[in-house]
Amino acid sequence: MPRKRAVGLLLALMFLPGVDLLWAAPISSENGRDWLERATRFLHLEDPSLQVFLLGAILIGTNCGLMGGYVVSRRLSMFGDTLSHAVLPGIAVGFMIAQARNETALMLGATLSGFIGVGIISLLKRHTKMKEDSAMGLVLSGFYALGICLITQLQQSSGGGMAGLESYLFGTLVSLSGNDLPPLFLCLGLVVLTFTLLSKELLLSGFDPTFARSVGLPVDLLQFFIWILLAFCIVCSLQLIGVVLVSALLIIPAATAGLLTHKMNPLLILSGIIGAGTGIVGCFLSYLGDRLPTGPVIVLCSTLFFLGVLFFSPSRGMIPSWMRTKKRGQRIRMENTLKACYQVLEDSAFASQSFSQGALARRKRTSDGEIEQEVETLVREGFASRLNMPLQEKSGLPGETLISLTPNGWELACRMIRNHRLWELYLTEEASYPPDHVHDDAEKIEHVIGEKTVRRLERILSNPQHDPHGKLIPSQRDIERGWVSPHPTIGENE
Amino acid sequence: MNDHLPIPLEVHDLTVAYQKKPVLYGIDLEVKGGSLVGVIGPNGAGKSTLIKTIMGQMKPEDGYVKIFGQSGRKAVTRVGYVPQRESVDWDFPVTAMDVVLMGRFGHLGWMKRIGQRDRSFASECLEQMNMLPYADRQIGNLSGGQQQRVFLARALAQQSDLYLMDEPFEGVDAITEKAIVDLLKSLRDQGKTLIVVHHDLSTAREYFDQLALLNLRLVAFGRTEEVFTHELLQRTYGGKLTLLSEVGSRKVDPRHPSVPIS
Repeated sequence: MPRKRAVGLLLALMFLPGVDLLWAAPISSENGRDWLERATRFLHLEDPSLQVFLLGAILIGTNCGLMGGYVVSRRLSMFGDTLSHAVLPGIAVGFMIAQARNETALMLGATLSGFIGVGIISLLKRHTKMKEDSAMGLVLSGFYALGICLITQLQQSSGGGMAGLESYLFGTLVSLSGNDLPPLFLCLGLVVLTFTLLSKELLLSGFDPTFARSVGLPVDLLQFFIWILLAFCIVCSLQLIGVVLVSALLIIPAATAGLLTHKMNPLLILSGIIGAGTGIVGCFLSYLGDRLPTGPVIVLCSTLFFLGVLFFSPSRGMIPSWMRTKKRGQRIRMENTLKACYQVLEDSAFASQSFSQGALARRKRTSDGEIEQEVETLVREGFASRLNMPLQEKSGLPGETLISLTPNGWELACRMIRNHRLWELYLTEEASYPPDHVHDDAEKIEHVIGEKTVRRLERILSNPQHDPHGKLIPSQRDIERGWVSPHPTIGENE
Repeated sequence: MNDHLPIPLEVHDLTVAYQKKPVLYGIDLEVKGGSLVGVIGPNGAGKSTLIKTIMGQMKPEDGYVKIFGQSGRKAVTRVGYVPQRESVDWDFPVTAMDVVLMGRFGHLGWMKRIGQRDRSFASECLEQMNMLPYADRQIGNLSGGQQQRVFLARALAQQSDLYLMDEPFEGVDAITEKAIVDLLKSLRDQGKTLIVVHHDLSTAREYFDQLALLNLRLVAFGRTEEVFTHELLQRTYGGKLTLLSEVGSRKVDPRHPSVPIS
């Protein structure tokens, strides 16, 4: 049994981001035996009903993702949530009037009640002291409660005739039939058409409504139109995802896309793709799991994907940027050690090419143990080599470890010293800093200043020889020609 | 100049109320072409209200506004508008370039796409404000002064003959302040008309050719050297002490240097 599960896992891993599966797998352990078979059936799209489910999930994911991109960047997330809850009483009333599951009646009822909800919000905002978020909270919970009461009443009074109404609360994939697809296609068409034709109008009225009005855009009309579209999109999605979670489909893909781009059109496209992608993955997992509710699984998938992007996105993810910071810290520490090596050599007027580890520790004012580690890093990176002196004849104690820089190490050390001293000189000469104020600043700048800036500094300071403290600045030519360089004549260890 | 054209801005007996409380009473104002007008007055004097009413965003109780002899929605589109910086959502996913391109929207029709010519013109406007290197930055990642430069580049892209600016100097650094003043003067020299809300008395005299002193009423309107008098300022700002503390605090506060650096 565990082995079969592992096979299933492996197979599924080929098609899925691994995180999703690892999380979802334990929930469906009962059906472990059917995993492989189910996965193959899903991938071959053998069930005709499956094709409908999958298409539905993709369409809903794309619709909500696209709309969500707009909703989130306009800061209307809470509004979307409210609208989705406000449609519930309308669905119940639509049922009552049509006395059956009539799509048109449901759609009309839902849209109407959504708009009543929105209307109440703007009335409350305009005529009372209530803040917008409280008004939304009020409408959201009030309408939701009303909707649940109506639906419960309907189900009790009509026996089994109204079965499936609760799917509007939490959503089920199986309730989706071929008849549900045309509205979804219509919705996608409308959304795509709107966003392509009105892209600049929507961008402007979203970013700067006052300015938009001043160039003659009917901002309120546009807003109203977007609300209708949003209501339509929500109503279409309810069957799959349910009232409670539909706002997640609006918000999460868009929030994920917002982590990856800062331009409107790429954000919309990405958000749509993420919506569709998590729709497919969620469908697959809930199909595998048999008893997994589709809507919540899709929402979970997109949440995990969001977290994945938040932590691991190469450019702005938390973990890569944490690693970059750490790496930079290491580099800076190493460069500082190299600089100290140079200074030790400089203190002895470059008389010898090697120096003792103890001298370096004294220069850096650190313990022998710490310096040991840092020298180890230098040796590993090929910037220095170590030489153990033979036993001293008189005392019989082991001699000190001698260190010498390799040509690479020498070059980098010179460069750091040069950056540091040039910057100090620049601060004192051009920015009129007092000489005793410049060291700390140069200590930071030396590591981040690029070659280009160094060239500019040289030009501005006309190739100086000495820093403000009178020390020699190793010149670019010296570094390359290496005539200040103590060529390591002593071989590698032993 | 431009005698044959209708005057850029005519405000006649304008009264505006905010939540039933009048904030502007019977304002009369006629601004001729090629003027650089500063609107000054204490906090709550109705400076921003005046701008918003001219822009058709607040309905007057009484009186009318005419822009190049016309009134109504259509007329407003002939104005280049620089709203207060706080009025927009700086986290919105747009770049500096996108914002400047918005200045071209008034020239494009509905559903028309932005063309290459609009783009290159927008680049020129950014360049003029020294902001071209930041064209691709999300606007929220720019400093306050840079954001204001982007706003002004957008105004340039509008190519209007009349500009209304609401506190363009608010919260910008000295260098940007100088850049804005230079821009205002060069636009005026091109024959454009500029009306700028300003709150800093210590620089008002140096920046503007004409001043409108506003405190619920229009206290005075005319050439700066005629209007910027002790008596009129005192009437605008309500009393000697208010004025003194206003100017005094500007002098003391290093964030508002009265002499631009560099």
